[in-house]
Amino acid sequence: MIYFDNAATSWPKPPCVAEAMTQYMAEVGASPGRSGHRLAVEAARRLYDAREAVADLFHAPDPLRVVFGANVTEALNLALNGLLRPGDHVITGSMEHNAVMRPLRALERNGVQITVVPCSPDGALDPADLAAAVGPATRLIALNHASNVTGTLLPVAEAGRIARQHDLLLLVDAAQTAGAYPIDMQSDAIDLLAFTGHKSLYGPMGTGGLVIGDRVDVHLLQPLKRGGTGSRSEREEQPDFLPDLCESGTPNAVGLAGLAAGTRWVLAQGVERIRAHELALTAQLLSGLAEIPGVTVYGPRDARRQTATVSFVIAGLEHSDVGLRLDDEYAIMCRVGLHCAPAAHRTLGTFPAGTVRFGLGAFNTAVEISAALEAVATLARGRQ
Amino acid sequence: MNSESYAVILVYSTSHAMRIEKLLGKRGIGCKMIPVPRQISSDCGVCIRITRAQVEAARDTIEKAQIEIQDIARI
Repeated sequence: MIYFDNAATSWPKPPCVAEAMTQYMAEVGASPGRSGHRLAVEAARRLYDAREAVADLFHAPDPLRVVFGANVTEALNLALNGLLRPGDHVITGSMEHNAVMRPLRALERNGVQITVVPCSPDGALDPADLAAAVGPATRLIALNHASNVTGTLLPVAEAGRIARQHDLLLLVDAAQTAGAYPIDMQSDAIDLLAFTGHKSLYGPMGTGGLVIGDRVDVHLLQPLKRGGTGSRSEREEQPDFLPDLCESGTPNAVGLAGLAAGTRWVLAQGVERIRAHELALTAQLLSGLAEIPGVTVYGPRDARRQTATVSFVIAGLEHSDVGLRLDDEYAIMCRVGLHCAPAAHRTLGTFPAGTVRFGLGAFNTAVEISAALEAVATLARGRQ
Repeated sequence: MNSESYAVILVYSTSHAMRIEKLLGKRGIGCKMIPVPRQISSDCGVCIRITRAQVEAARDTIEKAQIEIQDIARI
């Protein structure tokens, strides 16, 4: 079995993740931040460990500004809905996922102005186009760190500099990069980092969050939901401090115990090492695909300019058939179609059919890449 | 040691308490999370108990890390 669907969710996970979750269920189990007994305190400690691991990985100065939620989509919704008001202007790019596009389109109907800066046909974005889009009402730049379709890396550090120059905030969607590509909120000048736990942090689904930098005035941030936090219980108003402002209701503590273990695993491996491994596999895959007649690869076609996600089509074959045959005949699991990113596919010229996507991860090997290349070559040879 | 010799650090949330617990641990200041004693009013259900002798060292650690707390109270 060859699992090439890591861009959707990583698999397998390092064994320490399931172990941490089992241990939490068996030995901790209590609700963090509510009661004061030993198990509740231990639960709170585990939750704090998860905050600290995430803050370490992204070089965030304060673990208390790591706000957890269900996934990166929730984090992006929190940032966009929480900060933008009617009359505000926001800049984004044309390679965005619907996790950014749909909240923005909804905000647009409520009077938020949106500029979608066009990306080139390989998904790249020219920072000068971002700067040119800044106007008097611009409040935020919201940018994908890397495309979930082609893996194209977008210039977040340059976007950060532009944001600082014009006194804007930079929100980065790190769904595809958190854990797989170095991220430094300080040197990349990222004000809001939305991440998911179940991809390259190797945690379970149902975990993710928003890291809120110190340029963000939390008094201007509206939470997505309000409710019990275990703090200020005598008041009927939501606490105004982080993380409680944005974390109402009992959290997914068992999932976050897994996220902490996954993040610590990534820290122990080293993001640079994981990146080097995935870069070598991506380079091997790209050069192999380039040799196969009938195969067209989308994106930068340069491993250094992208993550370990590669999109391609085989001329004359339906993507759905390619996906089915790879699974049925070769036990290769991938994803075909639009990948929840219609804007990206319009940019690439692959809308509405989409592409076949191989999403590689830390556990894939050169042997698997070779086997997959042979399978693709066989399918391409047999096309009508 | 009787309870007369303790103080508690009162915090805004359990997350703040965890951060302080970790920092105090690193400085070798012994502490224990306890439910907030009934006679004290606090925003959060737990507080950090330390010995009175270590109040100044704890205060210094918390200030250096720029963590907002509600108060340090004798119990």
